[in-house]
Amino acid sequence: MKIPLSWIREFADIPPSTTVAQIDEAFVRVGFEVESIEEQGSDLTGPLVVALVQEIEELAGHKKPIRYVGLDCGEGSTRYVICGATNFAVGDLVVTALPGAVLPGNFAISARETYGKTSNGMICSARELGMSDEHSGIIVLPANCAPVGADAIALLEINDLVIDLAVNPDRGYALSLRGLARELAASLGVSFRDPALAVDTKQFAINSFGIGISIDETSAASIAYLRTIEGFKATAPSPLWMRRRIEKCGMRSISLGVDITNYVMLELGQPLHAFDRDKISGSLHIRRAGAEKVFTTLDSQERTLHADDLMVADDKQSLALAGTMGGLSSEVTETTTAIALEGVRFNPVDIAKNSRRHKLSSEASRRLERSVDPLLAEISTARAISLFIELGGARYVGSAVSGAPVLPATITIDPTYISKLLGFEIKPALVREKLEIVGCSISEQSSTVWAVTPPSWRGDLLVGADFVEEVARMIGFDAIPSTLPIGKSGAGLSPSQIRKRNTGLFLANNGFTEVYNYPFVSPELVALLGFEGDRAKSFRLANPMSEEFPLLRTHLLPGLLTTAARNIGRGAKDVAIFEIGSIFRDTAPPEKQDAISTAQKPTPAQLKKIYDGVPAQPLHVGGVITGKINPDGWKNKGRIADWNDAIGYAIRIIEQTGNSWSITSSDFAPWHPGRCAEIQVNGKAVAHAGELHPRACTALGLPARSVAFVVALSALDYQPPLSASTLLTMPAAVQDIAVVVKNNISAFSVEAALREGAGELLESITLFDRYDKLEDGNISLAYSMVFRAPDRTLTADEVSGYREAAAAKAGAQCGATVRS
Amino acid sequence: MSSAVEAALSAALTAIAAAKDLEDLKSVKIAHVGDKSDLGKASQSLGKLPPEERAEFGKVVGAAKSEVASVYENRQRELELERDARVLIEERVDVTLPYQGALKGGLHPLTILTNEISDLFIGLGYRVAEGPELESEWLNFDALNIPVDHPARTMQDTFFVEPLSARLVLRTHTSPVQIRTMLENEPPIYVICPGRTYRADELDSTHTPVFSQVEGLVIDRGITMADLKGTLDYFARAMFGPDVKTRLRPSFFPFTEPSAEVDFYFNGRWVEWGGCGMVNPKVLQACGIDTNKFSGFAFGMGLERTLMVKHGITDMHDIVEGDIRFSQAFGIGSR
Repeated sequence: MKIPLSWIREFADIPPSTTVAQIDEAFVRVGFEVESIEEQGSDLTGPLVVALVQEIEELAGHKKPIRYVGLDCGEGSTRYVICGATNFAVGDLVVTALPGAVLPGNFAISARETYGKTSNGMICSARELGMSDEHSGIIVLPANCAPVGADAIALLEINDLVIDLAVNPDRGYALSLRGLARELAASLGVSFRDPALAVDTKQFAINSFGIGISIDETSAASIAYLRTIEGFKATAPSPLWMRRRIEKCGMRSISLGVDITNYVMLELGQPLHAFDRDKISGSLHIRRAGAEKVFTTLDSQERTLHADDLMVADDKQSLALAGTMGGLSSEVTETTTAIALEGVRFNPVDIAKNSRRHKLSSEASRRLERSVDPLLAEISTARAISLFIELGGARYVGSAVSGAPVLPATITIDPTYISKLLGFEIKPALVREKLEIVGCSISEQSSTVWAVTPPSWRGDLLVGADFVEEVARMIGFDAIPSTLPIGKSGAGLSPSQIRKRNTGLFLANNGFTEVYNYPFVSPELVALLGFEGDRAKSFRLANPMSEEFPLLRTHLLPGLLTTAARNIGRGAKDVAIFEIGSIFRDTAPPEKQDAISTAQKPTPAQLKKIYDGVPAQPLHVGGVITGKINPDGWKNKGRIADWNDAIGYAIRIIEQTGNSWSITSSDFAPWHPGRCAEIQVNGKAVAHAGELHPRACTALGLPARSVAFVVALSALDYQPPLSASTLLTMPAAVQDIAVVVKNNISAFSVEAALREGAGELLESITLFDRYDKLEDGNISLAYSMVFRAPDRTLTADEVSGYREAAAAKAGAQCGATVRS
Repeated sequence: MSSAVEAALSAALTAIAAAKDLEDLKSVKIAHVGDKSDLGKASQSLGKLPPEERAEFGKVVGAAKSEVASVYENRQRELELERDARVLIEERVDVTLPYQGALKGGLHPLTILTNEISDLFIGLGYRVAEGPELESEWLNFDALNIPVDHPARTMQDTFFVEPLSARLVLRTHTSPVQIRTMLENEPPIYVICPGRTYRADELDSTHTPVFSQVEGLVIDRGITMADLKGTLDYFARAMFGPDVKTRLRPSFFPFTEPSAEVDFYFNGRWVEWGGCGMVNPKVLQACGIDTNKFSGFAFGMGLERTLMVKHGITDMHDIVEGDIRFSQAFGIGSR
């Protein structure tokens, strides 16, 4: 909320010596974030005078209307200036900058030749004077507001400090001069005069002469006032001081009727609504829209009503969307003479719903949905009626009331709890002083039992902790000491956290760069990559950022491939990236969840339902390599990453978790159907890796034969600590063996058979050659086997026996023959 | 006879000394060291001597042979060193050539930062708690005293998943992890909760709909706001240097009371870092924690904001777009 310091000073004795920085700091200290402080008028120097328009000559033949204006600036002779605005007439009072003046933006005014005339000054708009953003025309002053030639800087109170503050949602009372002046006075330790106490409500007695009001929907409002006046001159101008204050608060001056209601709202915090009394049939009712279907608000928008919308209606129809926006049919116009002025303490939730359902956030709804002081319905309507009488020549008719103000309840607190929660000693006298500053009254029943009654405007003070905040805020959070508690539950990283961290480090150290992709994907990409079955069951966002990407990812590859393509688009040649993240699969449609109270811990059954309602979100690691894993260089041409690299990384990741694996070929989208491996642990598929399907590469603009892997990290068991075997030191014996198999026999099964047949003295087996150009499409696989015994040097005969046993097993299991 | 040995010895020594390279030395070996040399022959003739002369002559021949062998070896070593010095210099390479190996990789700086913060708090006796990103509305909002009509729960701010009756949202903060921790554990609780979070903000230079947070939660007997302040001071010093200044500003969050914003002073201005406060008793109640025995504090920071300030990153796009040049600059986070 924007507020001028000049207005604050009306209620708070801010010393003249107070600096801008001190005001900034004082607001921040008590919890109001200062968005900006504008020193209006600091970059403006006169002469700036009030001038009377004596003559207007329209200069024709220009692209826009240009006027040559004769002004009486109180100098005894007419001063002529050029003006591009047209919102004024002869006899109007305007604001004129004379040569020598400097306007904001270091804009020096001097006499100059333009449009074939001499312009001896400038008629100013509000924006040109740094007063507001208003630039639709020049400022036209109310008639007779000041003598011709008077200093306009003083008249317009241009020199002021306008402070823009962010008000937290629990402090509705602070969306007013009353509230913010109170806070600033408290923070600076100066005295404060409550403007609400200055209003004489007695003069406007309750009677039956005006329009009546009733709260039909009793849950929606506690108290409603409706005061009626007649003889109002709707076209009377708003006084300059009122206009200026409204403008400094960032609102626009509209008409006297509107300005008065806005002014009182800004001053006290209670939104008011003025109805044209003559458009009301019978009396007013606060009720739900019910069967009513449409309503036209005063912005001429026809709005479809919801049955629960809260309305202010007369005996026939709705006249306002309660607390949010008035209706067109009962709007106060230039011809209005009688007004019924409404001030209601609505239930904040009802106004919040009105506002949200109709996407209408108004100055009124912003205040009412944050809760308004229930005593203000009476006071603020009285204040406004006084102004209607004083400024608009109105006569008081009568007032009606419905309901009663509901004041905050008295709460019992233990003042020592405040010190205990804040962590430093605060004397009871100081606690009392601070609570009284915020408006509480206290009855001490014992040293640990205080009955505290919050002020009418602090409906947010409900429990002990709320008072702790008030005391701490008024003392200043700076006074809180700094102590460091040490935990008692520390146990280091969990196994899954260690696994995640090590997997990332392993890949980063092997040339992969980590990326974090948004988990939002397009249905087109999902379909194009060929996902189906459970892997295509995505959750759909009800409100996606973009209609193009409404689905949650079921797999890491859509994001990784898109990011790889983005890097290539930016000129990268060789890209190896990885991501570790959760995936979301809607495989068991979530059940409907009912509301569960938060007054106590949910029952085990309720808790189970909450937990079960959250789908499992497995943690995956995925990687993509496009281009070369060893880039080109001065030594050689580098090496393009192939399917084997992708599979190798997947296997390494699994091996690092201590799990043993097996591998088989697979046809699994979005991989190449002949170049995709499925890696299993305990018979369960945990990873896929290989070359991508050519269609996937083409669609994303990736180089052909790009490769990828994905490992379901959270599907891998946590293994007990490795039990290390003793290293053998006797000499090793090496035997090479080449076997021939059919081309549909996997190398993995051949190696497994050899390993099994070779016996327990086999230390390692390595494939060192593969030849696939034999007759009949057979393949030759050559292995080097290393044998070692724990206790002796192996003899040649012994070792060749093992070799033959290995060959026999490979023959039995894989149809392998030893190549001679 | 021994004069012949002497002559042979002298000839051998002269020839060895005269050898200019290893090739020369090889021919010297054949002429003066091997079996066919004079000394070799002398040695072979020993058997033919009468036994009484054999011992004496044998000693002389033996001494001569061993002297030749020793001198030969020395000369050979000398010549080898000469050759090495010459040949290895010829094999010189330009060691300043760039390394041609695997691609250079790197961790995303958000990972590095998360690890750094996790380690910091583990050192303070905390645990690192994690939870699902697609989360129950009850855990994300209700239990945190965020009522059904709170603006944060509208579709302008929060991503909802269909069907709405399932009450599933993309978590808007990592606070549901705090709730899960309190529901599943008895105090004392000391945890931090890092993770990905979601809010329906358009991506621009300072906002992203998918971002990262780290939250902290402590529930124990006698926990005070001073403890909160001390913990934040410790955290801020670890992030921004030992001289960093912090301040708490009164603020409002439904789940804490008192609530505060924590700022730190950086490059001549206060920078908003995160929110914090004493856990609202209503939240403790919803989690079944006895408010007469226990109190606690919680805090939460955006990791992207922390990263941007710490490393002078000016555009959020760099953090979220996955351009490998960005993360590669951070390596694996070693310093």
